[in-house]
Amino acid sequence: MHDLNVYLFISGALFLLGLLAVITRKNAVSVLMGIELILNSAGLNFVAFSHFSTGNLSGQAAALFVIIVAAAEAAVALAVFLNIYRLKGTSEVNKVNILQG
Amino acid sequence: MEFLSELIFWCFVVLTVGSAAVVVFHSRIIYSAFALLFTFVGVGALYLYLSADFLAASQLLIYVGAILTLIIFGVFLTTKVMSIDLPEQSHQRFLALIPITLIGIVILWVILQTPWAVNPAEAAPTTKELGRLLMSRYLVPFELASVLLLAALIGAMRLARYFKMEE
Repeated sequence: MHDLNVYLFISGALFLLGLLAVITRKNAVSVLMGIELILNSAGLNFVAFSHFSTGNLSGQAAALFVIIVAAAEAAVALAVFLNIYRLKGTSEVNKVNILQG
Repeated sequence: MEFLSELIFWCFVVLTVGSAAVVVFHSRIIYSAFALLFTFVGVGALYLYLSADFLAASQLLIYVGAILTLIIFGVFLTTKVMSIDLPEQSHQRFLALIPITLIGIVILWVILQTPWAVNPAEAAPTTKELGRLLMSRYLVPFELASVLLLAALIGAMRLARYFKMEE
């Protein structure tokens, strides 16, 4: 019905928006949301190529693993943010520089 | 019927990209978090249009049900949401548009120039076949993913506990 390019454009737009969130937002949770957008765009690409180009389901399996890794990453990242907030009283990424020595 | 399906498809495209833009540009983080909900739902609907029914269900369950809940908890625990007068500041947004535009041009060029192989699959239920793939060809990544989830679970519990930093 639609061709491959439509999905590639959508996932490209999602990727660019996620990248913009990662480099411009200050709050760490917003940065995490940008990363989730990027992972979603990657998953959409996998499924689109699986449907239009390869004709088998290996792309869908890869997208499933992307979802699993995203879940693990979100859990660990939020635990880290929670601890940073307790230690520093802020969750803005440019104010957390305790590793600079 | 074809027209209706087309209309719903473009509605979901607008929903996905528009709410992703809200996620990026809204200055209140709680609005961003709830706009992310609509992005995830929109991507799930696009999975349905790509005849990936099991993946659409997992997208709803895992992203909307688990990851978004975690993110909203993170927002509530690490920001003062109730304070009205503190919109989140951003870094140099207009300077950031320059590399974003460059990367966007590259992506556009690649999409339009590459002769993609076209071998469309017919729409069929995928759950059975996907389960068979996960148990045979992707067995090792599947087991590794379960170990990764267990490690992330234990690590997140350890990290989220309060510990004092030694001065």
